[in-house]
Amino acid sequence: MSGILNSSIGRKFAMALSAFFLMIFLLQHFVINSLSVINPDSFNEVSHFMGTNWLIQYIMQPVLIFGVIFHFIMGFILEIRNKKARNISYAKNNGGANSTWMSRNMIYSGLFILIFLVIHFIDFWIPEINTKYIQGDMSGLLADGEGYRYYEELTHKFVPIWRVAFYCLGFVFLALHLLHGFMSAFQSVGANNKYTQGLKGFGKAYAIIIPLGFIFIALFHHFNH
Amino acid sequence: MALDSKIPKGPLADKWTNHKNNINLVNPANKRLIDVIVVGTGLAGGSAAATLAELGYNVKAFCFQDSPRRAHSIAAQGGINAAKNYQGDGDSTYRLFYDTVKGGDYRSREANVYRLAEVSANIIDQCVAQGVPFAREYGGLLDNRSFGGVLVSRTFYAAGQTGQQLLLGAYSALNRQIGRGKVKMYNRHEMLDVVVVDGKARGIIARNLVTGEIERHSAHAVVLGTGGYGNVFFLSTNAMGSNVTAAWKAHKRGAYFANPCYTQIHPTCIPVSGDHQSKLTLMSESLRNDGRIWVPKHIKDVEAIRAGKLKPTDLAEEDRDYYLERRYPAFGNLVPRDVASRAAKERCDAGYGVNATGEAVYLDFASAIKRYGKEQAHIKGLDENDAALVKQLGQDVVRTKYGNLFQMYEKIVDQNPYETPMMIYPAVHYTMGGIWVDYNLQTTVPGLYCIGEANFSDHGANRLGASALMQGLADGYFVLPYTIGDYLAHDIRTGPISTDSKEFDEAEKSVRENIEHLINNNGTHSVDHFHKKLGKIMWNKCGMARNEQGLKEAITEIAELRAEFWKDVKVPGTNDEFNEELAKALRVADFLELGELFAKDALLREESAGGHFREEYQTEEGEAKRRKEFQYVAAWEYKGEPKDAVLHKEDLVYENIEVKERSYK
Amino acid sequence: MNLTLKIWRQKNANDKGKMVDYPISDISPDMSFLEMLDVLNEQLINKGEEPVAFDHDCREGICGMCSLYINGEAHGPDRGVTTCQLHMRMFNDGDTIYIEPFRAAAFPVIKDLVVDRSAFDRIQHAGGFISVNTSGNTIDANAIPVNKHDADDAFAAATCIGCGACVASCKNSSAMLFVGAKVSQFALLPQGQVEATDRVLNMVKQMDEEGFGNCTNTGACEVECPKGISLENIARMNREYLKASLKG
Repeated sequence: MSGILNSSIGRKFAMALSAFFLMIFLLQHFVINSLSVINPDSFNEVSHFMGTNWLIQYIMQPVLIFGVIFHFIMGFILEIRNKKARNISYAKNNGGANSTWMSRNMIYSGLFILIFLVIHFIDFWIPEINTKYIQGDMSGLLADGEGYRYYEELTHKFVPIWRVAFYCLGFVFLALHLLHGFMSAFQSVGANNKYTQGLKGFGKAYAIIIPLGFIFIALFHHFNH
Repeated sequence: MALDSKIPKGPLADKWTNHKNNINLVNPANKRLIDVIVVGTGLAGGSAAATLAELGYNVKAFCFQDSPRRAHSIAAQGGINAAKNYQGDGDSTYRLFYDTVKGGDYRSREANVYRLAEVSANIIDQCVAQGVPFAREYGGLLDNRSFGGVLVSRTFYAAGQTGQQLLLGAYSALNRQIGRGKVKMYNRHEMLDVVVVDGKARGIIARNLVTGEIERHSAHAVVLGTGGYGNVFFLSTNAMGSNVTAAWKAHKRGAYFANPCYTQIHPTCIPVSGDHQSKLTLMSESLRNDGRIWVPKHIKDVEAIRAGKLKPTDLAEEDRDYYLERRYPAFGNLVPRDVASRAAKERCDAGYGVNATGEAVYLDFASAIKRYGKEQAHIKGLDENDAALVKQLGQDVVRTKYGNLFQMYEKIVDQNPYETPMMIYPAVHYTMGGIWVDYNLQTTVPGLYCIGEANFSDHGANRLGASALMQGLADGYFVLPYTIGDYLAHDIRTGPISTDSKEFDEAEKSVRENIEHLINNNGTHSVDHFHKKLGKIMWNKCGMARNEQGLKEAITEIAELRAEFWKDVKVPGTNDEFNEELAKALRVADFLELGELFAKDALLREESAGGHFREEYQTEEGEAKRRKEFQYVAAWEYKGEPKDAVLHKEDLVYENIEVKERSYK
Repeated sequence: MNLTLKIWRQKNANDKGKMVDYPISDISPDMSFLEMLDVLNEQLINKGEEPVAFDHDCREGICGMCSLYINGEAHGPDRGVTTCQLHMRMFNDGDTIYIEPFRAAAFPVIKDLVVDRSAFDRIQHAGGFISVNTSGNTIDANAIPVNKHDADDAFAAATCIGCGACVASCKNSSAMLFVGAKVSQFALLPQGQVEATDRVLNMVKQMDEEGFGNCTNTGACEVECPKGISLENIARMNREYLKASLKG
């Protein structure tokens, strides 16, 4: 087992494991966000639970942050190693003949997602940490004490059009990343069998529906408030 | 020197066992002190190198390709024979022995062939243990198919890639020994001479094909597994690099060259498409299990087909001449290769060839597709009279059996063989002749051994399908590693062989002189120019049919061409770099000598036997006519020019087989 | 046909190398790609120039010696063929054709279009075998029945010709398809089970040491493989490797 991360397959496997974790996280993030469209009260309650539950806050949140950072750093390491594996590039390369654009450009879709995440953290996560752990306000209530603040804060963020546009673009890149990444993760952990065809369809659906859903939520709040 | 074949005494079936019991062995501690050079890493060389290393010898192996896995054994398609009798159809060691001797037109050595048949079963066990993925039946047991010239199913196969799978098996055994450090592998090295010290083979001179460096390598014994010389014809199914150089250099150093004129012209190859052609592609003989060979019955239809006015599929059954089925009702399309090839030539010479060059016959799968389709429809409970369905089901069956061959044909010819018959024509494929060896596979130079296609031993005047792989592996895995011990047992106190001797100096000097001559020659024609010319002479005068006048002309023309080559060949580049033209020039120089000996041997052999067909010696029906007085192996001793070569005869004695007229009717 | 060839010329391993243009005319569509290069070389020799060096041997698509990256694809634009089986009818009169060596740090150029693929051999030395002595005294070949489905899959994996098109096509120069095929062949057969753990660990270790890149599952290798080796073999190797890592 030792040194597994020093092998190409080990790194690939680790990349896939972090990807699975992130894809599951993404799904729950999407489900909770959807509540903001369907029922603001439920959204507030779930958000408060997630924001104050010790298991989520002290265990899952660090794991998530580690997962994100790991996925990115490993992605860069792999990219650098892979570039080194071909020291002279082709004068003419017809990559489109044998592979998808998405599969060949994971580093670029990933980089854009990283930029997106930085903005996203500045928008939501840092204010959240500030309120709860620096100012010590764990109540989750609005300043006037009239109900939870989460829904208000969310809709407020989606007022400026530039942010909505940027978020939508981020989701497009997320979709491109997932269109290759979903099946790639399964292949990396060795799952390629009679279920693969079905899983491929599911992966495509996941890669398109989730980002599209996020786009819908962003646009919904922009145009409704 | 009289030829001593060293065939052990005793009854045929006990010879090999008795021999193994009586020869000298080298103890394991002493094997570590002995070096063996193996040149060539095909089925014979690769398996020999691996086995010798397993036994404990220090092996140095050489191949001219970039990896041992690329040796041309890899291209063998159809299968490998073994007397396993898994099908329970009456096969036995004796029957395999009998078929092989008869198939070789009673021109092979009984004892060798019997040993080959005896160890054939071990080969299959060995290969399966190595992980060679042979074709299997649904019950999980090994499948067999039938090949030309026999009446049983004893051929094991792996789709149309049996040679590849067997070679990769030998390669894996070799890899294991390379990994253990017991074999030192020299890729991209070409052997350019054998070094003989005090009458014994003690090393080789090799050229590193990447750097051009001339290297000396010494050993206590040298084994050649360097394949056949079919490329003397320029166009053949051999790989581009296949050559006679190693064998020829051995010949020049004292090894007798036996039966050079025995060449196999394989009946099912893709016809030549034009002057640019660089090589010919074989379509496995296994296709003749299901394909029927025919030409139109009437010349007018031939002309219409050539003019593109008539499609072969439009020709009615009664207007087709299934000439093999007509002439040889018992074996039909499965007659041996030499017979099938000559029959195709006979039809094409008579004007019935079906392509533009007039050198092609049809190999038709329509009836097999129909037969299989009906069978499948019946099994699946579908309508057996639905022609479209039957055709589709039948095509599926044919695809699983021969898919890769059909695809290969389509890529090369640009016609779909599922819909229209294939066009085929004979092409040079295998050489039964080669370095003369005794029962121990030792040449006339002590310490110099020769195995596989490079030697002359087991196939006589014609080789049966699926027997080359059998011989290569039998020699390499099961025969040579034991018999060589008998010789090496005397060498346990010799110690390492020095490369600092006058013999090595002399050999290296002669290699260097040859190279320098070629590089500095600055002639006007490329190497290929001469090679193509040689090929034309060989094909026209020493090909499928030979006669006295043609052979005499060939001898003169080849000698002239050789003189012209040395005077006028142009080799660009330098010696100390990767220089393929130089490598080619060195090979063609040897082909130009061998070609002449080939013609001389064919001229002397005033009979027809197997692949050697002399027009003067045929029966009234046009079949090969053997002559009792030529029941010998012609082993040639080098004396300078090929024309001066001296003939030595090894009489062939048949004690266990009655020599009969070979009939497949 | 008349064509313009853009060919990588490099004198030796230390030379920098560059693309050079060669016009060529009167090419028959029935020629194979290598026969077209033969024609070019014959012309170069007659003009007193150095012919283009390229690897080739069997010219029937099985030895794996020929390579070439043609118009941006390993073995050219056709599918299921090696360069020697690629025919000029795949091109049009007036085309410009780029011809480059297979590129990977692990496949250094020897000369022009010839590369050194001995890294593949070294991976095989590390474990591409079943450790059985060639004594012939093994058990009878039919003593262990093998499920036909597994046998067929093992065969499909074993048809790899080791040409390196997978590495050349992969944007990461990864050798996973090549190694995956060999690991799979043995993993699918009962004979291969005994050494399964060591085999996969050793072969992957060697693969990594040779400097091949990491697989990112683009699938380019599978598409360009002249023998149609499936990506399933890579997945199987991943499983075998993880299993072996946990055990070992």
